Amino acid sequence: MGTYVPNTRDEQQLMLEAIGLSSMDDLFSTIPKEVRLNASLDIPKGMSEMEVSVKMRKIAGMNKVYDTVFRGCGAYRHYIPAIVKQVTSKEEFITAYTPYQAEISQGILQSIFEYQTMICELTGMQVSNASVYDGATAAAEAVIMSREKSRKKALVSATVNPMTIETIRTYLDGTDMEMAIIPEKDGLTDIEGLMSMLGDDTACVLIQQPNFYGLLEDGDAVGGILAGTDIKYIMSCNPISLGILKTPAEYGADIAVGEGQPLGIGLSFGGPYLGFMAATEKLMRRLPGRIVGETTDSQGRRAFVLTLQAREQHIRREKASSNICSNQALCAMTAAVYLAAMGREGLAQAAKLSMSKAHYLADRLCEIDGYELVYKGEFFNEFVTTVNTDADKVLDILSEHGILGGYPLDGKHKGCLLWCATEVNTREEIDNMVRILKDIK
Amino acid sequence: MKLIFEIGNKNRKLDLMPECDVPVADIDDKYKRKKELRLPNVSETEISRHYTKLSRRSFGVNCGFYPLGSCTMKYNPKINDEMAKLPGFADIHPLQPADTVQGCLKVYKLAEEYLCSITGMDAMDFQPAAGAHGEFTGLKLIWAYHRDRNDTGRDKIIVPDSAHGTNPASAAMAGFSVINIPSTEEGFVDVNALRNAVGEDTAGFMLTNPNTIGLFEEHIHEITSIVHEAGGLTYYDGANLNAIMGIARPGDMGFDVVHLNLHKTFSTPHGGGGPGSGPVGCKKHLIPYLPTPRIVERDGILAFDEKSDKSIGRVKSFYGNFLVVVRALAYMMTLGAEGLKNASENAVLNANYMLHMLKDTFDIPFGNGRCMHEFVISLERLKKEKSVSALDFAKTLLDCGIHPPTMYFPLIVHEALMVEPTETETRETLDEVIAFFKELYERAYNDPDSLHGTPLTTPIGRPDEVGAARNPRLRYYSD
Repeated sequence: MGTYVPNTRDEQQLMLEAIGLSSMDDLFSTIPKEVRLNASLDIPKGMSEMEVSVKMRKIAGMNKVYDTVFRGCGAYRHYIPAIVKQVTSKEEFITAYTPYQAEISQGILQSIFEYQTMICELTGMQVSNASVYDGATAAAEAVIMSREKSRKKALVSATVNPMTIETIRTYLDGTDMEMAIIPEKDGLTDIEGLMSMLGDDTACVLIQQPNFYGLLEDGDAVGGILAGTDIKYIMSCNPISLGILKTPAEYGADIAVGEGQPLGIGLSFGGPYLGFMAATEKLMRRLPGRIVGETTDSQGRRAFVLTLQAREQHIRREKASSNICSNQALCAMTAAVYLAAMGREGLAQAAKLSMSKAHYLADRLCEIDGYELVYKGEFFNEFVTTVNTDADKVLDILSEHGILGGYPLDGKHKGCLLWCATEVNTREEIDNMVRILKDIK
Repeated sequence: MKLIFEIGNKNRKLDLMPECDVPVADIDDKYKRKKELRLPNVSETEISRHYTKLSRRSFGVNCGFYPLGSCTMKYNPKINDEMAKLPGFADIHPLQPADTVQGCLKVYKLAEEYLCSITGMDAMDFQPAAGAHGEFTGLKLIWAYHRDRNDTGRDKIIVPDSAHGTNPASAAMAGFSVINIPSTEEGFVDVNALRNAVGEDTAGFMLTNPNTIGLFEEHIHEITSIVHEAGGLTYYDGANLNAIMGIARPGDMGFDVVHLNLHKTFSTPHGGGGPGSGPVGCKKHLIPYLPTPRIVERDGILAFDEKSDKSIGRVKSFYGNFLVVVRALAYMMTLGAEGLKNASENAVLNANYMLHMLKDTFDIPFGNGRCMHEFVISLERLKKEKSVSALDFAKTLLDCGIHPPTMYFPLIVHEALMVEPTETETRETLDEVIAFFKELYERAYNDPDSLHGTPLTTPIGRPDEVGAARNPRLRYYSD
């Protein structure tokens, strides 16, 4: 049996005696008999560290690590610089608690302050929080923060990632807010449809840029329609794309959210990831979660603290702007180290490479009979194609070659694949896959 | 200390990306950003040193004693982190075909099995990313249960006044209104107040047990029965589960739904505020409402099942904070049934030992000299007599290299310090800390002023929090 209890049996006995007890059981004498567990837990006997390592490796071995990935759909394999992993493995960062004690937590607090600054720079917004769970919950929190007494309806584009839409639905279900879906047209948010849905009860409009199909939305049109209204414009965006793409602020957005996983966080079978949230200064006090601010100490030295806590659950309880307590701090630090390592040029390079590889991939795929782009609009690093045979069969064959192909879509796009490329995909990989696809009968 | 934006030099950078080996794509100018992106311009050396400096200005469990009540800051075993780095876990896309992720799904299945055994629940769902997210999810289950039975008038969640702030906040977020009930003078749920509070509008009742005073609710069966008889459901906040693994189970106490904090009880690190993991467990009658997708087994193959008529829906993009669950599973495998019980026993032993050694010096208003895994000191008398507050006391502990206990919580204790030593501390550490506490107490009486300006040895002194909130500076501006 492994254990992390340092005190030996003898020491434990001495401590028991010191407090006037004779056995461990005596410690629990205040627990009523009828709820005491009289059997042993149904869990296997403990193991040595080496045995655990062997067993876990065996379980990990039941998974398939693909050499080549052409699938995104909300989770992206990008290159992670070595320095990112090293820095974020420091024990002081990994094992610290939420920085309530500012005097001994300046490192964590400053790292969050720097993260907030970088998110503001990326999105063009004025204030950022310290992170939420992931992209979908960030979008749901943004919708909730847009609520006004007379505005309780959220308009969400049909071209937003379906998982995000489902999460928003769960968050709003049972509350006094409701959601309506803005229809799509040619893979993009239907602007006329949106205009016809706007009303005095509209709280917000949420679009995703690039959208679920990888297409670039006409964010200016939405911004133009919402300018001067009390309706909040929420834009969910891919942070790598912001190395070159127009910022939510430049589109006139009030709140920018997104999935921060592409910023140096591994695929990790879906988590932990990073939800980022930034907003205009006007909405600062409505942001959910932790926020770090700069101040000074008693001697005038620069200091960082958790601030604007009057929004939060431990102060406001049922009147808090959100229930969030633990967030994704270490993932936020990871993103910050990633952005520091990449710098402006590196991030722009990653974005351009991703876009270029995706366009090359699209061109090559479309050389194959029966493969066509489903939408003609401009795209970033994802796109949808038809397939000339059963999509599952295609994916199985690719899988045998160590390639994770595009994501098989459902509903009206059943049989189509949503492809993705990033800077890690080489021309050779793309050419190789196209050769394999051409051979499929 | 300088910000990362204040070091480095223009055009300084790392060489990370390769040349483009395909034709360079371009997009219409109307999609391009106009504003220059101002990120740090630093070398790898500078990044390395900057974050090393930051790490020296941080305090982790590896730095010293961390008795944060309600947070269970136990040691975070390194084997768990190592397992979470295996490419077979860390480099798996969440949307891979089921047959290529059998290992990941097995991690969830095993963790579910073990945690169900520990809690006495029938199912465990790992989708929630943290404790509060688990609360929200669990409360949505209660909401869906009543709605499904057309019992639509149940819109109130009852919480004790000693509850964590997340409890009422999560209830409000799930669309309920909140009724607070007082605690008794002994620090327990006021059973009569509960009896008066329940009714046809009761959706549920939330409780931490052991409660936030560190005491096991003596009348737990009566409490859960009162709620059930009124037609409500009972919610167990798992923040304090570290006291009772292998000793008592929420499922046997009459709870319908629980959330756990893997980043407390199951040794996964807190990461300076996250990521955590807040799995939700429930009894059979709530299983149909669990979030989608669910992990199901068909013909020996595990897979995500997206379909469920009665589910509350999705609460996060992808299922769970997977790598946190990997760590927790490695922990449970290491300890096994016996080791988990042993961990709880020693957590309670360490707390009682400290309590016993401190109780003649400090006022410990509840528990009559006994506790479970944590206890609450009140410095109200010290504050009155010498103007030394719990804050002053805590800040002075920083100079002793000790992370202070949780301050000013629970709200029902004035000038509260909530101490949770956990099982991974040695007797020597406890003895040292006990001596520090006593010494400091004496100093507070003899020289109270010396506690007002502390800490003196930390990178900064007490920050101006009022100024921070009044003039928020929430980011750095390069210009």
